[in-house]
Amino acid sequence: MTHRPYTPWLFLLPGLAVSFMFVIFPFLNMIVLSFTDASALGGGQFTGVDNFVRMAEDPKFWLAARNSLLYMVGVVPPLVLLPLLIAMLAQKIVPGIGIFRTAFFTPVIASAVVVGLIWTWLLDSRGLVNNVVEALGGTRIGFLTDSTLLLISSMVVTIWRGLGYYMVIYLAALANVPKDLHEAAMVDGAGPIRRFWSVTVPALRPTMVLVAALSAVNGFRVFSEIYLLSGGSGGPGGASTTMVMLIQLTGRGLTGEVGYASALSLVLFVILLGLLLITLKLNRREDQL
Amino acid sequence: MKLALRYIALLAVLAISVGPFLWQFATSIKGPNEDVFVPDFIPNDPTFGNYAAVADVVPVWTFALNSLGVASVNVLTNCLGAAMAGYALARLKFKGRRFAAVIFASSILVPFEAILISLFLVMRGLGLTNTLTGVVLPGSIAALNVLLLRNAFLALPAEVEEAAIIDGANAWQRFTRLALPSVKGTLVVVALFSFMFSWDDFLWPLVVLSDQEKYTLTIGLAYLQGTFVQNQRLVAAGTIIAVLPLILLFLLLQKHFFRGVGEGAIKG
Repeated sequence: MTHRPYTPWLFLLPGLAVSFMFVIFPFLNMIVLSFTDASALGGGQFTGVDNFVRMAEDPKFWLAARNSLLYMVGVVPPLVLLPLLIAMLAQKIVPGIGIFRTAFFTPVIASAVVVGLIWTWLLDSRGLVNNVVEALGGTRIGFLTDSTLLLISSMVVTIWRGLGYYMVIYLAALANVPKDLHEAAMVDGAGPIRRFWSVTVPALRPTMVLVAALSAVNGFRVFSEIYLLSGGSGGPGGASTTMVMLIQLTGRGLTGEVGYASALSLVLFVILLGLLLITLKLNRREDQL
Repeated sequence: MKLALRYIALLAVLAISVGPFLWQFATSIKGPNEDVFVPDFIPNDPTFGNYAAVADVVPVWTFALNSLGVASVNVLTNCLGAAMAGYALARLKFKGRRFAAVIFASSILVPFEAILISLFLVMRGLGLTNTLTGVVLPGSIAALNVLLLRNAFLALPAEVEEAAIIDGANAWQRFTRLALPSVKGTLVVVALFSFMFSWDDFLWPLVVLSDQEKYTLTIGLAYLQGTFVQNQRLVAAGTIIAVLPLILLFLLLQKHFFRGVGEGAIKG
């Protein structure tokens, strides 16, 4: 015997305790609460599917779900493609490449809050971007005051912050693309664009699926960018509220509707899990090909 | 020619990545008489006075200290707690090992946002709302780190430990003297990500904290923007205070950092 029977559990105790108390239990409790009318003060009666019926008739829910979905659809294609192009640019070892790679990664280490505040200032009605727009002969744009533009501006911030992160993932994958494939294609007379589509993209397809999955899940979960760009309001009249923001607004504070917020959370969970399963399935199909 | 084009493209991406930070920094050192709305990257009269002034309107150094405390504790608990659990999963044979692994694996699948509200209820039950302990606890031993370290321990050769067993070393001694020093690389990655995650976290501190003197930097900054949006110089100084430590830490440890991001990505 190399150890006493309870020794492994002593090693596991802190980790298991944290997972149980702060993940598993709250998760199960969330499911139970979603079928009650619990308030912030506690209590709550079992109300069956009332919360979900209410949700189906709640325009705020549909708005938030639509915004989160739009957000996801808006950020995924650019985040799959642009970081790949940047990674190809940064892949070749040229003098000073380390400085460039490090600089491209800077937006990732800055928090969503810092990034959000920087862009709030850049996109201000009198900010730098609008100064440039005006200098080019345009009129000032209400990036942060129009609900649609606010969503698009937030997407730009998310994309900007994701460029460096997904670039690193692509750099790791590009290093594994066999060189002779490129050389063979070159011998066959394929130009750079042709080689990109018929050599690089097929070789990187699993990585692209992974990036699409990660950016889709993160896109649907968006909170900080919208919160900061809208100054915590969720846009004019709350028209740019997203799912997570709606959960936070519904459940917090003394007037929090814990039961309804839990039902919203459950829906969020099911959607995110669904996204994950779809990706796994896509991935498996890739493997079979 | 081709190389020149490559550098032009690299410089363009560089400008897009770093430009916004430079603009924020330029704003933060503009004097009170300078027009912050003029697109002028080099201030006529640079001053660091805004960094002192921002501390007069909000306790920004208290915020920074709170963030530093929370992030440091988060690093310690994650490195130690996750390594202990990872070691048991990888290196000790016992009944229930699969069960424990499943608990950690399913914890990873639960998105934080989905349990936000009921996690707040747990904290209230423990009487830890509006405390920094309450901020630290939920992320103190992340299941992802447990599995990362489990993989690192699995990769170690078995022979060394077998020799130690024969020499009569107990599990704890083998863990601290043999296993831990061998996974230093993974520990650095876990430490870095724990620090960064904690320092950058916004949603949870926003929900769990209510008193201004307990704010971490991220919610302190959001509050600063909400209250003093008229003076962009102060908000800019605040954001630079929040981002500078991370940039320095990153520059110092970037070798580990890139390796960690690459590894994590491949393992998915």
